[in-house]
Amino acid sequence: MRYVLRKVALFVLTVWAAVTLNFALPRLMPGSPVDAALSKLAATGQQITNAQRKAIEIQLGAPHGSLLGQYWDYLKNIAQLKFGRSYSFPTETVAHTIGKALPWTLVLVGATTIFAFIVGTVLGVYAGWRRGTRADSSVTIGATFFAGVPPFWLGLLLLYALAYKLNWFAIKGGYTPGLTPNLSLSFLSDAAQHSVLPALTLAITTLSGWVFGMRNNMINVLGEDYITFAEANGLRTRTIALLYTARNALLPNVTSFGLSLGAVVGGSVLVESVFSYPGLGNLLYIAVTNHDFPLMQALLLVICLSMLVAIFIVDLLYARLDPRVLR
Amino acid sequence: MALLSASGVNVVYQPSRGQRISAVRDVDLSLEQGEFVGLVGESGCGKSTLGFALTRMLRPPARLERGQIIFDGVDVSSLDGEELRRRRRNGFALVLQSGMNALNPVRTVGRHFGDILKAHAEPGEKHSAAAVRERGTELLGKVHLDPDVLSRFPHELSGGMRQRVSIALALSLEPQLIVFDEPTTALDVIVQGAVMQTIKELQREHKFTALLISHDLGVVLESTDRVLVMYAGRIVEDQPSRDLLTGPHHPYTEALLSCYGDPRADEVQLGEIPGSPPDLSLSEPGCPFTPRCPLAEEVCHTVDPPLTILGRGRAACHVRAPLVSVESGAAHVR
Repeated sequence: MRYVLRKVALFVLTVWAAVTLNFALPRLMPGSPVDAALSKLAATGQQITNAQRKAIEIQLGAPHGSLLGQYWDYLKNIAQLKFGRSYSFPTETVAHTIGKALPWTLVLVGATTIFAFIVGTVLGVYAGWRRGTRADSSVTIGATFFAGVPPFWLGLLLLYALAYKLNWFAIKGGYTPGLTPNLSLSFLSDAAQHSVLPALTLAITTLSGWVFGMRNNMINVLGEDYITFAEANGLRTRTIALLYTARNALLPNVTSFGLSLGAVVGGSVLVESVFSYPGLGNLLYIAVTNHDFPLMQALLLVICLSMLVAIFIVDLLYARLDPRVLR
Repeated sequence: MALLSASGVNVVYQPSRGQRISAVRDVDLSLEQGEFVGLVGESGCGKSTLGFALTRMLRPPARLERGQIIFDGVDVSSLDGEELRRRRRNGFALVLQSGMNALNPVRTVGRHFGDILKAHAEPGEKHSAAAVRERGTELLGKVHLDPDVLSRFPHELSGGMRQRVSIALALSLEPQLIVFDEPTTALDVIVQGAVMQTIKELQREHKFTALLISHDLGVVLESTDRVLVMYAGRIVEDQPSRDLLTGPHHPYTEALLSCYGDPRADEVQLGEIPGSPPDLSLSEPGCPFTPRCPLAEEVCHTVDPPLTILGRGRAACHVRAPLVSVESGAAHVR
């Protein structure tokens, strides 16, 4: 119980720190959105007048008042999910834009992360248990090959071969243009069809990490005395493989799994932009290329918070998996 | 009939790349029912490897190259897989050097007992939570631990308690032979004494055969009936413990004994053995102790002395236990 309270306190503290940093960082950066907009205008050859500057300041809601007052307003706005309006999608609020993109990323990247973790872990357990055999070498060599493949390149390759040449899948997007996202069966199957290639790309390129991690952990644990002792006591092979070796080898990987789940919300910028997938990764790409400060700030906050939540959950889960941390 | 008799046991470490090391060389030994035998020698002399070979726990790169191990009338050196696993009940158990780390850190002590009981349950034999608890309590009692240890995790126990738990786990197999591989090396002297005391009590009570592997001749002499001395992968001396202290045969045993001071002596003089043990990756002719031996003769450099009967034991030494030479027909008797 003390452990949980400590973790909760730590979580609250880090969330506050993240939110505050998100407030402070843009203010520490040289230049401002207003300057950026004005320089864009100047690049077109227009004369910049003071009135224009004033107009843009009002349009962008340039801060006025003391820093403390700004901070208070910022906290209030965040509590109400008011992140302002983005420059890239002027008709929507930032909260709305993010809300629309979030499910796409959660389902695509979330499902593939879980899938890759499970398959990679099972393969790693198998290879580690059979270390030094032909089965181990096949798994390890295969994983090494896929670890070397850059995700965007694999994405382009799949697009070219399966979508462009063979026409089995759509070239871009999360659904057929013209449809309105809803939860009907026909829409979901359309979306599933569109998600096959990005999911495949992500799963194949992230699988190897889990395979290697798990295989190495297995081999380390197999060298422990408690495995020797378990064998000397004649425990069943399956008990030793699963409850004594794999169970303990899994522990370090749980932490990495939590971190990658936290990173899901950040999406996969490269893969999502290759497939023009309507997720958060693609949105972040758009925000960066358009100097879209409100969108960027809100996205970074969301990514940061989801990472913290994931770490918090893993911490709590870890205490159940490994009694040693409760000390 | 001996409970265990091993003959011509040779163990090699053969890494896929690297040097082949023959760690145990032509060992013959037998352990009688209910006997408490010590196995001593310097680090790296092959004593633990021999203990692992006898309990069939060698793992690559180590392997039993040659030799036969007859346990309870069965040749266990050729057993494998499920057959070997089944043999571990009422058979041979092993208590490890670092008993501290012999427990799975994420399983409670009770679960460790459950795992063993379930692994060896006969069809129809019960292994309910209550049965495991009852058996666990009984076994922990034998090693002087409270039943509430059952619900604890290994990290919640002290080193001595953990070693007691691993002894209780080994006992749960009801073994006829327990090989203790340096059971007290990782413990401090006081706990060491208490754990050794428990081992002796258990051995007397349960009448199992025990092989105590240790580099500490003092601990071994105190508790065992018979001592085997190992040097460079060979057994060089085999004597009843009470004879060994007063009348060691092999010059190596003599040298080992001189490394211990008598605490009652007014002036303690500790000996040391000059030189170092031979490289076990080489196979040189002659007695392996020759370069360090004060008594070495001509023959010691060329002929490997066999383990020959001498007094109430055996020794492998040309000088102390000379063979009758066939050519001259005369023995070198001293």
